[in-house]
Amino acid sequence: MPPILKISNLRKSYDGGFEALKGVSLEIEEGEIIALLGPNGAGKTTLISTVCGITTATAGSVTVGGHDIQTEYREARSMIGLVPQEIALEPFEKVINTVRFSRGLFGKSSKDEKLEQILRQLSLWDKKDSQIRELSGGMKRRVLIAKALAHEPRVLFLDEPTAGVDVELRKDMWDIVAGLKSDGVTIVLTTHYIEEAEAIADRIGVIAKGELLLVEDKAKLMARMGKKQLHVQLTEPIDALPASLKSEHVTLSEDGAELIYTYDTRGERTGITKLLAQVANEGLTLRDVVTRQSSLEDIFVDLVHEDKEAAA
Amino acid sequence: MNWTAIRAIYVFEMARFFRTIMQSLISPVLSTSLYFVVFGAAIGSRIDQVEGVSYGAFIVPGLIMLSVMTQAISNASFGIYFPKFIGTIYELLSAPISFLEIVMGYVGAAATKAMFIGVIILITAFFFVDIDIQHPLAMIAFLILTCLSFALFGFIIGIWAGNFEQLQLVPLLIVTPLVFLGGSFYSISMLPPVWQVISKFNPVVYLISGFRWSFFGTADVPIGISLLAIAAFTGICLAAIWWIFRTGWRIRD
Repeated sequence: MPPILKISNLRKSYDGGFEALKGVSLEIEEGEIIALLGPNGAGKTTLISTVCGITTATAGSVTVGGHDIQTEYREARSMIGLVPQEIALEPFEKVINTVRFSRGLFGKSSKDEKLEQILRQLSLWDKKDSQIRELSGGMKRRVLIAKALAHEPRVLFLDEPTAGVDVELRKDMWDIVAGLKSDGVTIVLTTHYIEEAEAIADRIGVIAKGELLLVEDKAKLMARMGKKQLHVQLTEPIDALPASLKSEHVTLSEDGAELIYTYDTRGERTGITKLLAQVANEGLTLRDVVTRQSSLEDIFVDLVHEDKEAAA
Repeated sequence: MNWTAIRAIYVFEMARFFRTIMQSLISPVLSTSLYFVVFGAAIGSRIDQVEGVSYGAFIVPGLIMLSVMTQAISNASFGIYFPKFIGTIYELLSAPISFLEIVMGYVGAAATKAMFIGVIILITAFFFVDIDIQHPLAMIAFLILTCLSFALFGFIIGIWAGNFEQLQLVPLLIVTPLVFLGGSFYSISMLPPVWQVISKFNPVVYLISGFRWSFFGTADVPIGISLLAIAAFTGICLAAIWWIFRTGWRIRD
């Protein structure tokens, strides 16, 4: 099946010469959730804005469902829903009217049962006649999602949907995303919360300084780069690693009080028993033993760090 | 053409008008009544007929034009500036609609509101003075054209404006003086010769003159020239809007 969204060598530079996107290419399959992870100013919002038609690309192309966003913008945009990062709503408008307006803008007749279904799905039905200004911040975010879903899009862009929201609402938002996925909606979300990407995405793309550093299946990414470490804390610091312990997997901490052993949990043997036996043979006494699994956050920091080093 | 989208914008904009229907109507009716009391009754009673028409009746077309032009501009400029200001413009830009459709929705709604107010003022005028409209069809045509062209002009101001002060700037500094000096309350022939010449450069003179002709059959400038002037003004606004949307000026990065 062809990808529902195909971004090819997308570039965006501004008049001042700032390059927000430096040739991003990405293919997204129908029905998946992809999280674009990156620090502030990485180009996540520019990427979304360009695909959605808010910003004009300097070069490159984007197709949605096979339709080019420039030459066949009507077909392409009809398939897209966008939930922006900032809450942008008419304060005096009623919830139901603003959602109806969104549906109309996309050329769909005002089907009240459809609007009801969307508002109920987002627990907004009771608030349908409330003015936007009377709603809480969380409810306003739901209204933004309802507006984006009003025309039944096949691809939904969520630009930092949980930026600045409390933990409970964040979990709520994740449930909503999971529900949309089960309805077959493809979801592209940007976030700088690693736990968010880890919790809900199928694939993860890492963006920094306008470049897509990698895109990979979340589980594979974790497995590929997810290392486990055993920290062996010693009662007496040592000056150097004993010869029997020297290997590429073992390092000594700077203060000499800790041996750090990196291993792969997927291996048949982890080598822990052998390591501990060697430690005992060397006459070292242990104070504590700790294991640590590297999280997506570590992977992310490593990637962005490597990128910076490469640039230097 | 995405008619559903045009309708959605139109209905949404008209809803804003009807939400504040009392302010929308009371204010123009009140100010027009004050004009009639002050200019029509108090001052007008000391002025002879102007071009064969009582002064109270003479100022009616000018008063209607004054309100219609300012209302068309303020409604259209606010209509498109407000989404820019609060950020909801993202929705217009990401929807499968052309710029032409956006303009039709916003300008259509702003022109309707201005038309509505123009008609209300005309009705109010009937309570104060006797008016006999000699060319009702021409009157309606002039009203519609003025509403549309000034709504287009207002739309351009709304796109251009970077803040609320700028939004007020053009109507306050340019349009109001042009309308006041455009013969709303007097005939251009009453001015000294030099000012008569200067007045010919004021486009509003042609609109008010043409509109007044549809009421009383007399005009400062020939009706054909009035029509030409309003057509030219509409054409300039359309060209400007076409350029704005082609380049995405002040809308799209």
